[in-house]
Amino acid sequence: MKILVVDDEPDVQALFEQRFRREIRAGEFQFSFSFSGEDALNYLENHASEVVMILSDINMPGMSGIELLRSIRKDRPMAPPVIMMITAYGDKENYEQAMKFGADDFLTKPVNFTELKQKLQERYEG
Amino acid sequence: MEFFLLTFFLIQFLQKRLETPAKYPDLDKILVFARYASIGLLSAFYIFNSSTFIHWLWYPFVGSLLWFVYNKEEFKVVRPLIHSALPFIGISLIADFAELILSQKIFNQCETYFQAAKVFAFLWLFALWYNSQKQQKALEREREEQRKKDEINEAKKNALEYLVNERTIELTRQKEELQKTVDELKATQNQLIQSEKMASLGELTAGIAHEIQNPLNFVNNFSEVSVELCQELEEEIDKTSIPEADKEYIKEILGDLSQNQQKITHHGKRADSIVKGMLQHSRTSSGTKEPTDVNALADEYMRLAYHGLRAKDKEFNATLTTDFDPNIGKVAVMPQDLGRVFLNLFTNAFYAVAEKKKLSKGNPALENYKPEVKIVTKLFGGKLYIRVTDNGTGMPENVKAKIFQPFFTTKPTGQGTGLGLSMSYDIITKSHDGLLDVETVAGEGTEFKITLPVG
Repeated sequence: MKILVVDDEPDVQALFEQRFRREIRAGEFQFSFSFSGEDALNYLENHASEVVMILSDINMPGMSGIELLRSIRKDRPMAPPVIMMITAYGDKENYEQAMKFGADDFLTKPVNFTELKQKLQERYEG
Repeated sequence: MEFFLLTFFLIQFLQKRLETPAKYPDLDKILVFARYASIGLLSAFYIFNSSTFIHWLWYPFVGSLLWFVYNKEEFKVVRPLIHSALPFIGISLIADFAELILSQKIFNQCETYFQAAKVFAFLWLFALWYNSQKQQKALEREREEQRKKDEINEAKKNALEYLVNERTIELTRQKEELQKTVDELKATQNQLIQSEKMASLGELTAGIAHEIQNPLNFVNNFSEVSVELCQELEEEIDKTSIPEADKEYIKEILGDLSQNQQKITHHGKRADSIVKGMLQHSRTSSGTKEPTDVNALADEYMRLAYHGLRAKDKEFNATLTTDFDPNIGKVAVMPQDLGRVFLNLFTNAFYAVAEKKKLSKGNPALENYKPEVKIVTKLFGGKLYIRVTDNGTGMPENVKAKIFQPFFTTKPTGQGTGLGLSMSYDIITKSHDGLLDVETVAGEGTEFKITLPVG
């Protein structure tokens, strides 16, 4: 399962790779990383059929996670990827917006990796 | 006879005009005496058959009377009258002298002239007196008019003075009112400055918290994942064929490394909880108001705080006193936020009494110290008053001034974040438009006063 992680913090890559070391080694998950919304759209342009799931931060410089979400839902209605939004601001407004534009899940930072792992496993198996 | 009339009218005139009986009783006595003397002289004149001697006695009598009147300061106003009497007296004197010196025949010849002169002088005298009387009356009329004018003026003056007085009172009242308003404004301004300060500190705090949260998340996540990596590494080492002694040594180092990572996680989590507290500052207004039984809420959090402290310190004990106003009913508040305020206030109160209890050991002055924490609620005049009182350690003025500032704490490191009261302040003043005040006496106790508008 290919997962695209979108976050403006480059260290997120190291963190995910270490957190999911076993799963990556076992070949369960395959992670790609984009460091902005624009980046992510470019990546999807070339790897549209591969990406099954997107984990995106909301507060990013340039294109925000919500804008990214809207753009993906608008331009790629066929074979839609699962999109989970992650934000440091767990407020109602962000949540409602994310849900309105078609997010599948909503997580708040700091990310609980045990929970995330569980959710990913469920999607992987289901 | 003429002299009698002269003296009689003169005395009458003086008494009337100058009101001598009332004003100059001493002089009046003399006048009265003079009148009796004139009556005496008149009687004597007729008794002694129109004696010439008695007749002559009139001259010294009238002369001295006029002289007396003329020289008294008090009779100054009637001096012109004395002058007017002089021609008559002079003519009488000349006539009498003529009668005495001249022969009867010659005298008889001129007697008619003398008589006529006398009559004229007498008439002259009375005309003058009459005139004077008239002038006097005119004067009096004028005076009367003046008096009336004065009275009117006096009345006007009084009315004006009354008005001035009234205006003065009004102005004084206005001045006092203004002064009061100025004082109130000053107090409000101070309060505004204070709450502005608190608000900007709160915003700053929340801003800082946001900025810190992300890097802190990385610290925590990486340290956590490092612990996992250490475990994996340990498992991997077992698979290799290096000597056991080396394995043990490597594992020992890995153990330390893992422990260090755990410490980083532990302290990172501590920092995280502080940051969470700071973030709550900016989220105080996110809740919604709902009808809440404030008494029950206060009671619940009082017990929660009490048992929280009891869990840490088994010896701790305090009297919990509640004085709830049963008429409060349900009040629209944010129950979670207000609960947090109660929890903070009660935790502080219990902490203060616990500290004082510790001090009381081995201190004879505090031997009978009984820790007490009290909550009072009262609904009055559209406002809900809540008082949380303790008889704990109290605070000195310099501490009191800072307690609502974020990060200010008197507790030892690690025991308090210094955010409890600053957040409570925000919750009460910003989210509930209320007031949070504190009264404290160092060594005696503290009272926190919440005032919430109702409805």
